[in-house]
Amino acid sequence: MSVVVTIMLAAGLFFFAVGTLGVLRFPDFYTRLHAAGKCDTFAAILTLAALALFNLQEFTVENLLVSLKIMSIAAFVFIASPTATHALTEAALIVGVEPWEKKGKS
Amino acid sequence: MDQVFLYSGIVLCVLILFSLVRVVWGPTVLDRIVGGSVIGAKTPVLLLLMGLLYDNVGMFVDIALAYALLNFIAALGATKYFLRRRAARLDAGKPAEKEFL
Amino acid sequence: MAKVSTFLILYAFWIFLSGMFDAVHLFLGAVAALLVTFMSSTLLFNEESPALRTGAVFGMLGYLPWLFKEIVIANLQVAYIVLHPRMLDLIDPQLIRFRTRLKHPFSRATFAQSITLTPGTVSVSIRDDEFTVFALTNSAAEALPGEMEKRVAAALERE
Repeated sequence: MSVVVTIMLAAGLFFFAVGTLGVLRFPDFYTRLHAAGKCDTFAAILTLAALALFNLQEFTVENLLVSLKIMSIAAFVFIASPTATHALTEAALIVGVEPWEKKGKS
Repeated sequence: MDQVFLYSGIVLCVLILFSLVRVVWGPTVLDRIVGGSVIGAKTPVLLLLMGLLYDNVGMFVDIALAYALLNFIAALGATKYFLRRRAARLDAGKPAEKEFL
Repeated sequence: MAKVSTFLILYAFWIFLSGMFDAVHLFLGAVAALLVTFMSSTLLFNEESPALRTGAVFGMLGYLPWLFKEIVIANLQVAYIVLHPRMLDLIDPQLIRFRTRLKHPFSRATFAQSITLTPGTVSVSIRDDEFTVFALTNSAAEALPGEMEKRVAAALERE
């Protein structure tokens, strides 16, 4: 059990790191949102699921409730994070943030 | 298992520090908002790790839930405020501030 | 009717979150759920929008595993691009527009969320039935709307 939890936690941390690095490395605003929107959602779901699983090791009603709450956080992030990303991209398009373009493109 | 949680928490803190770079130096305001929401995505996980380390998950899970909700509303609110303020400036005939694009 | 079911759902959610069953907390929960029900009664049930497929819940359950697989692929792809030392050679960002044939607001929202979560694309804006999508690479831009729209339609829309 703890091996599974550790692997999920490590994978989640890896994707969090990828998201952060992406936000730092990508050349313009829209591409940064790719990293932020996708990786953070998936990483948050992975880590939260790992913690919920760990919390269920001793199976009591109280622990079950807490685990369900953790999973409800994950469900909320799953719905809310793409929405926030969408709002931000739309705002950027309205304001007219210049997209980065490949050099030498015809 | 506590060790794993402790080190995961430390890694998350380091990642939050890196994300702060985008908040501080982000060329546009929207970049700063993205940096903030990237940090906000990590905080519930960090809070839950703290809860597991202190053997008090039942309390920390509520705080984490509130943080997740708050992060979403903060990103939406900041975006809306930014758009309104820019629209007001353009209506008044002033050019938009340079950092606002 | 819609208000009563909204109230019941909100109250059940309150009890689930508080986890306490004494009189004070149950009373506070009832007051809070009532307030929210009256302030935003169209929160959960909106009668104006066209009907979803009858088995929409099951359609959604069938759709989610496929979506999750796509999310995993998307994350691996982003990880590959981000960790690649010459990242700028790999990406070719572009804006694309297309019209969707999905009718219900809920299925459009689902489709937009799925576009954001799946490989290489982020949905930018939806005006009526026109989607604007920002694609990270050329191949991702060509794949739209494609298979995903069909799956969302099969899961949620009434034929």
